[in-house]
Amino acid sequence: MSLDLLYDPFTLGFMRRALAGCLALSLAGPPLGVFLVLRRMSLTTDVLQHGILPGIALGAMLGGVSLLAMGAGGLLAGLAVTLLAGWLARVTAGREDSQLAAVTLIALAAGVAMISRGRGIDLTHLLFGSVLAVDDAALFLMALVASVSLLGLAIIWRPLILQSFDPGFLDALGGNGARWHLAFMGLVVACVVGGFAALGTLMSVGLMMLPAVAARHFAATLAGQIRVAAGLALLASYTGLLLSYYADIPAGPAIVLAAGLAWIVGLLLGRHDSLRAHWRR
Amino acid sequence: MTIRLDHVSCNYRGVAAVHAVSASFPAGSRVALVGPNGAGKTTLLRAIAGVHPLASGRIDRGGLPADRIALLPQASRMERSFPITCADVVALGAWPKIGAFARLPAADAARVSAALARVGVADLSGRLIGALSVGQFQRVLWARLLVQDAAVLLLDEPVAGVDVASEAIFLDMLAAWQREGRTVIAVLHDLDMVRASFPQTLLLARRMIALGETAAVLSAANRRAARIALDPWDAPWREVA
Repeated sequence: MSLDLLYDPFTLGFMRRALAGCLALSLAGPPLGVFLVLRRMSLTTDVLQHGILPGIALGAMLGGVSLLAMGAGGLLAGLAVTLLAGWLARVTAGREDSQLAAVTLIALAAGVAMISRGRGIDLTHLLFGSVLAVDDAALFLMALVASVSLLGLAIIWRPLILQSFDPGFLDALGGNGARWHLAFMGLVVACVVGGFAALGTLMSVGLMMLPAVAARHFAATLAGQIRVAAGLALLASYTGLLLSYYADIPAGPAIVLAAGLAWIVGLLLGRHDSLRAHWRR
Repeated sequence: MTIRLDHVSCNYRGVAAVHAVSASFPAGSRVALVGPNGAGKTTLLRAIAGVHPLASGRIDRGGLPADRIALLPQASRMERSFPITCADVVALGAWPKIGAFARLPAADAARVSAALARVGVADLSGRLIGALSVGQFQRVLWARLLVQDAAVLLLDEPVAGVDVASEAIFLDMLAAWQREGRTVIAVLHDLDMVRASFPQTLLLARRMIALGETAAVLSAANRRAARIALDPWDAPWREVA
């Protein structure tokens, strides 16, 4: 075995584009994921990953099989289900899980039904991603979304932190808490939709969430968790794409499995809240 | 800059929580806000802070700008597991001055250190809030209040769960605030502390039961009236029965 095996796949243009795009999203998504974890919003991401599918299908039906039409549809549907999830959480006073399960199932079923009716879209590719789908337009979308997300998070950084841990104080300062929450969710939806071509609608959330969940085991501070999460995502993107190439599996599951391995390592051996830390006591 | 409440009513989650409260708090006054659970104390305090909408009535803050009024929310309503350091929490007290985006000026960083030292937790400044005891966390929130440097301090259960040493620090700050002419309105459950340190008391049970000198307001008759106002079944004839 030679080290060339780690490099060779990326001499191919489509693999290089997929790698560049996933690396860009690895820098942008996981920091948002860290906030999602800290704000206890994993249920929302579950709804989001299922909810963007009917939007993408509708975009394809109305605007044709183009990245722009499908991306715009996914973005709108993602924002809609996110707002719906937030509204359900408010009106049910935190007992929204059964309603969200219903929304999730309906969205996935509707999306699959709409895609199957139409022609020209491979359902497996759409759900789980395909490196072959990363053309120049998809790469540009991923880079654009990553840039906007990173800049956006930098701008809303301080209000978002305050709103996450002491919303009452932000209210008292006259800061509009809902505005920062919406801006944050907008960035999350954009990141998930940005990754759909390469990672698939069902797996795109994974690159955002799994490194963030894993990072909690390696770092205690917010800045530390964000650095670790981005680092793990970069690693998972690279190893996942290698796995996808050699084992011939879709890119989305391959990258999510690689990120999942990082989480398992963290859970077993990490410095914080790991099984090793519990056994030592 | 007297704060005047004129028939203030508020709803909380669609239910009437505060009904037609009229009161006035002159500058420099120290008022305890007392009442049974569910009496609307937090809601009224947030209304005075301008955070909770009024269903009817009006509040005149004497032209005081919003950043001169500080609200200390209940510590139990905060997300204590959020990985943020004590120094960062205290620095948020400078928000009204520097806003959401600017860097913390050196002078304010020094005020943050001084505030942490004032409440006796200077050594905790780099510690994450999740690692603190209840009393230590409450002290960090007091430090943030000191950095805010407001003219009116609205405190929601500022001494809940703290030990005697922390309580002494709080009473010391309270005395300093009085000397500096700041207005303090505090929701409290410890009636001994209210009697010892708060000359004025507002007894609330959705409507205002009494407002005035603490000893008179906290009479047995008034306190029973407050209980009955919230729970009609807790009527005098039941005590006999």
